[in-house]
Amino acid sequence: MNRIESAFTTKPIFMPYFPLGYPDLETSIDVIEALAKNGADLIEVGLSFSDPLADGPVIQHATQIALEKGITVKKSLEAVKELRRRGVDIPLILMGYYNPMLAYGLETFVRDAAQAGADGFIVPDLPAEESKEFEEAAGDLPLIRMLAPTTPPERMEAIARSAKGFIYLVSVTGITGERKSLAEGLGDLITQVREHTSAPVCVGFGISTPEQAKEVGEMADGVIVGSACVKTIGGSEKPVEAARQFAAAFRSALR
Amino acid sequence: MTTLLPPKFGPYGGQFVPETLMPALIELEEAFVSAKADVEFQREFDKLLASFVGRPTPLTYAKRLSEKLGGAQIYLKREDLAHTGAHKINNALGQALLVKRMGKRRIVAETGAGQHGVASATAAALLGLECVVYMGEVDIARQEPNVFRMKLLGAEVRPVASGTRTLKDAINEAIRDWVTNVRDTHYLLGSALGPHPYPTMVREFQSVIGREAREQMLMEVGRLPDTVIACVGGGSNAIGVFSGFVDDADVELIGVEAGGSGIETGKHAARFGDPSKGRVGVIHGTRTYVLQDEDGQIAETHSVSAGLDYAAVGPEHALLRDIERAFYTSATDEEALSAFQTLCHTEGIIPALESSHAVAEVIKRAPKMRKDQIILVNLSGRGDKDLNTVIKELSKE
Repeated sequence: MNRIESAFTTKPIFMPYFPLGYPDLETSIDVIEALAKNGADLIEVGLSFSDPLADGPVIQHATQIALEKGITVKKSLEAVKELRRRGVDIPLILMGYYNPMLAYGLETFVRDAAQAGADGFIVPDLPAEESKEFEEAAGDLPLIRMLAPTTPPERMEAIARSAKGFIYLVSVTGITGERKSLAEGLGDLITQVREHTSAPVCVGFGISTPEQAKEVGEMADGVIVGSACVKTIGGSEKPVEAARQFAAAFRSALR
Repeated sequence: MTTLLPPKFGPYGGQFVPETLMPALIELEEAFVSAKADVEFQREFDKLLASFVGRPTPLTYAKRLSEKLGGAQIYLKREDLAHTGAHKINNALGQALLVKRMGKRRIVAETGAGQHGVASATAAALLGLECVVYMGEVDIARQEPNVFRMKLLGAEVRPVASGTRTLKDAINEAIRDWVTNVRDTHYLLGSALGPHPYPTMVREFQSVIGREAREQMLMEVGRLPDTVIACVGGGSNAIGVFSGFVDDADVELIGVEAGGSGIETGKHAARFGDPSKGRVGVIHGTRTYVLQDEDGQIAETHSVSAGLDYAAVGPEHALLRDIERAFYTSATDEEALSAFQTLCHTEGIIPALESSHAVAEVIKRAPKMRKDQIILVNLSGRGDKDLNTVIKELSKE
């Protein structure tokens, strides 16, 4: 059983997102370690890009700061290696836009990511139509398929069938960011996806409180929390302590 | 999951967008393909181009400029005389008609120089659509008259404060709005850029420039030009005029990028002109040449003309360059400003700063050509919007 499969043995799982390099590289490594050791089951480790067109203001701001502080793909991969060295043993999925990966060299990027200890990739600007090149380079490491509320049934079936690792279900029509309430019809959407795949279905975009996570966790196999995580931890004077509390709060809401 | 039309130009183009948008691109392609095959749609579009835009735009012989340069005879395709002052209206109307066909009620658009924003606002007013235009704060400051125009036409102009606060960031914000409101909103992209079907669709709507120009050359001059020159930001005016001549192997096609302060200074928008930064990458849904740093972060660009101040070039231009069907060069801010004044003095035409880059290349090239040779320049827009910038730049000297 690989790390991703092991993570889903007890469901629903908690999957926070945090970008490397924010508020600085050392702190971000400490934060991700704290998230991992206080209840996160899988972490989306963010790679920064100058033009994150699927992201709302919170993640735009954080990744912009990371870039200003000098984060690069290379340093991000070294940070993943460092996390493994510190004993972080949950799946780490690299989430980033395509261009920096291409600039690094796709095959080299995938190889170095695997060697660093990454378990898979989420690339929001790589829909099924364009994923072949990446998947050929990635080999056994999964490129996580994304589905959206706008995805029509036939397309959903085709994408869900080819899913590896898990499915990332975007819960709202929009960009990343906190929402006051959960998307309507989410339960139906999850049911639809499950008709086509036995892969775990994880829900992200717009989930910001432990209460919302609990509600989603009753329907989905995993709950992804991005902007709220970045905002709470990034806005704290003691980010590592904030990360511990954040993870613990979501952990207890989901059990 | 296959497209109806080829989604790529050789290795360039494609559909690099979030899944949320894929269904909208599929719907758009279907609407575009069915509209193209629909005689009624084409008739309506042609009618608007004639009665509203004022097409065909004239072909003007630039007699005094030709004499001054002492070489090739120079002809101007007068897109500056199109309604709203630039070629952008051709594409804006075409897409706005498609929006009606798709039953959507709202459009979002990005704008750099403001020309596409004005064209979109105009098309929206004409066809009764809601219109939101995203514009970088830097561009708002340097293209003020166009901001007023958009507002007068009933559009909402949303300033973009993220990133470099120019065209690239306006596109990011327009896409974010589109992702959020995709069910009732169309993204009226203004250049031959972005994910498929935009580069193909925008070329089709701009191909009227090339069709008219070719016919006018044959009817009024009696032969095709030796060289066609156009400025290239995203490249919609260039691809529009090139499309009329691309099958005429003897006609040389030249695109002119923004050389900014000079390629060597690093402050420019010459994607093809600077191999140290211009490499193949993916931005805004398409694979093409992109100015970027070693780590794949999109580079800051600079040009005196807001419409050329963009880090990527339309994917079809990347292919035309690879196969050497078109050639690309650049003109600096200084050369463009000088060309701007030259055209004012010799022809009584105030060109847009974007178009002035094409004129700058004519000034370099015409004297080396024979008097029986012909250059056709696509004068993509008029310069009224640039007066503030030009006054400021000229007072620096």
